Amino acid sequence: MNELNKNNDGIPQTAPIKSATFTDPINAEIRRAAATGIYDIRGGGAKRKVPHFDDLLFLGASISRYPLEGYREKCETKVTLGTRFAKKPIELDIPITIAGMSFGALSGPAKEALGRGADAAGTSTTTGDGGMTPEERGHSSKLVYQYLPSRYGMNPDDLRKADAIEVVVGQGAKPGGGGMLLGQKISDRVAEMRNLPKGIDQRSACRHPDWTGPDDLEIKILELREITNWQVPIYIKIAGARPYFDTTLAVKAGADVVVLDGMQGGTAATQDVFIENVGIPTLASIRPAVQALQDMGMHREVQLVVSGGIRTGADVAKALALGADAVAIGTAALVALGDNDPRWEAEYNALGTTAGAYDDWHEGKDPAGITTQDPDLMARFDPIAGGRRLSNYLKVMTLEAQTIARACGKNHLHNLEPEDMCALTMEASAMSGVPLAGTNWIPGRTGDY
Amino acid sequence: MQTLDMASTELREVNSTLQSQKADTNQRTWEIINPKGSHAIACGLDGPIEVTVRGSTGYYCAGMNKEATVNIDGSAGPGVAENMMSGKVIIEGDASQYAGATGHGGLLVIKGNASSRCGISMKGIDIVVHGNIGHMSAFMAQSGNLVVLGDAGDALGDSCYEARFFVRGKVKSLGADCEEKEMRPEHIEILKDLLERSGADAKPEEFTRYGSARTLYNFDVDNASAY
Ligand SMILES: Cc1cc2nc3c(=O)[nH]c(=O)nc-3n(C[C@H](O)[C@H](O)[C@H](O)COP(=O)(O)O)c2cc1C
Repeated sequence: MNELNKNNDGIPQTAPIKSATFTDPINAEIRRAAATGIYDIRGGGAKRKVPHFDDLLFLGASISRYPLEGYREKCETKVTLGTRFAKKPIELDIPITIAGMSFGALSGPAKEALGRGADAAGTSTTTGDGGMTPEERGHSSKLVYQYLPSRYGMNPDDLRKADAIEVVVGQGAKPGGGGMLLGQKISDRVAEMRNLPKGIDQRSACRHPDWTGPDDLEIKILELREITNWQVPIYIKIAGARPYFDTTLAVKAGADVVVLDGMQGGTAATQDVFIENVGIPTLASIRPAVQALQDMGMHREVQLVVSGGIRTGADVAKALALGADAVAIGTAALVALGDNDPRWEAEYNALGTTAGAYDDWHEGKDPAGITTQDPDLMARFDPIAGGRRLSNYLKVMTLEAQTIARACGKNHLHNLEPEDMCALTMEASAMSGVPLAGTNWIPGRTGDY
Repeated sequence: MQTLDMASTELREVNSTLQSQKADTNQRTWEIINPKGSHAIACGLDGPIEVTVRGSTGYYCAGMNKEATVNIDGSAGPGVAENMMSGKVIIEGDASQYAGATGHGGLLVIKGNASSRCGISMKGIDIVVHGNIGHMSAFMAQSGNLVVLGDAGDALGDSCYEARFFVRGKVKSLGADCEEKEMRPEHIEILKDLLERSGADAKPEEFTRYGSARTLYNFDVDNASAY
């Protein structure tokens, strides 16, 4: 073929068409699997497009609703988590928290930066698989201690040092799945904290070793409260899977706070097939969870923290308007610290990727020095500057959410409500229970088209 | 000896009384009467006291124990001594599922039988069971020693790491990546000490040692069927 679409006799031919089913990335993955014999493991959340907060809009004020004056009239952002049973609930200045990310997946200085940034913005951070590090405890004045299936580093002293305890049942990136930290990242320190030999692949269990089902969970929570003298709130983290039932069962089991993580939620490392194919979108998870709380008369009594793909103040405002009390961020916090920054493009290229797509966090080669245990790479990351960037970003998101709330006439972010919004697509409308823009129609529920 | 009667004292009060006994306490011996299978009895203890529970307990008795000795004069429900750090927990009767789960240290002695998943995910604890243990015991066990004077059920030590298992009786089956190991002099020493400390009438030479074959430590596609 000399010229495209013509054969040697100059007769026009059909253009080469690539399959919408067998796309280049799919074919590349087939070749990779065939060559290596292992599934793709990566970090991050679902990369496929799913209905999300972008598919919702705020209506703003109008004749029937008047707005608040930007810079003059106050729009409160404070939130208290854990008011149901705990003697010492967590009081946050902003409704944006830092989600649990493990030491092991992240370096010690990265954990320190999360603590610094969150503290400066008046919010909390969360430990992760791998236990509590002095870096994070030292710099985060509100630290949530995760109680995970692996129980790596779990001990009663750290438990009593925590400002809240988060029992992790599931993560949006992998509902029903455990964790994976490949050998390269098991440094001496990580190995010691996890009681494991150095350099081996380390699998985190998918299920708690000493309880199964909601009735056991209730007793487990009793034990944790007894050990911590009923002082601190107990959160239960669930993946977006069956949000109505899981929220109901979490409340029945005695949760002070439910943390709900949708499928876009990041992870340090798991199988790509898991990330992309298990769980439901964040947008679809919120209303059923809120409905469950309302049906039990527990909305605002048991607080709901939503995570999975929160990036902007608009996302925060939308999650809150759908009924959440607060949100949590993982991936966005890492980006604020400097993850996937184009300044490292040459090095991302050398790793066969590009800034914005780098997700092999489990390999420990992060050019930005955040998701690594390599001393040379870690040294690139300055926890003080990183903390500053994170606090700036958290403050910007808060200002953005306030801007929207004022435009809707709300003097507290929590006064935002579904009625302040409309949906751009039928999918988003059905999932979030707000009407399609320009109509009063919610597919599957009410109204005429 | 101080007595706490659960017929008239709430769990919260029982536990906070015991938890507040630290290293310098002079009230070192306690008994709990009428436990009636309550959950979370004597959990989170943090000092060198000795507590005897007169009767059977529910879930998570002596959970996360540090330094204390807890005797259960009866049988224990699920998760007894879960995540124990140090000290000693001795059960006169049987123990339900997940005994000693994720324990980091200390000694757990079960004079009767233990159910399934005994020593699951253990991280340094020593467990001595005078009777038998159930299936999936020591699943993903990381470190520490599990000694069984009787028999072990199916899938002992599945996906284990560096923990050691010593069984005197029969093992119904070994789990993935768990194999029989040579009993060397240092193992006889470890075993002798544990048998002595747990009042077990058995000779180290009668036991067989099991542990990780270490073939699943780093992923290899040719082992895929074992995952
Ligand atoms: C690097 C990294 C490590 C994580 N580690 C944990 C963990 O140890 N435990 C956990 O419950 N969730 C973990 N997560 C999930 C987060 O807690 C959170 O659910 C998720 O990041 C929220 O979604 P987002 O990343 O879109 O903000 C991790 C996420 C990332 C990105």
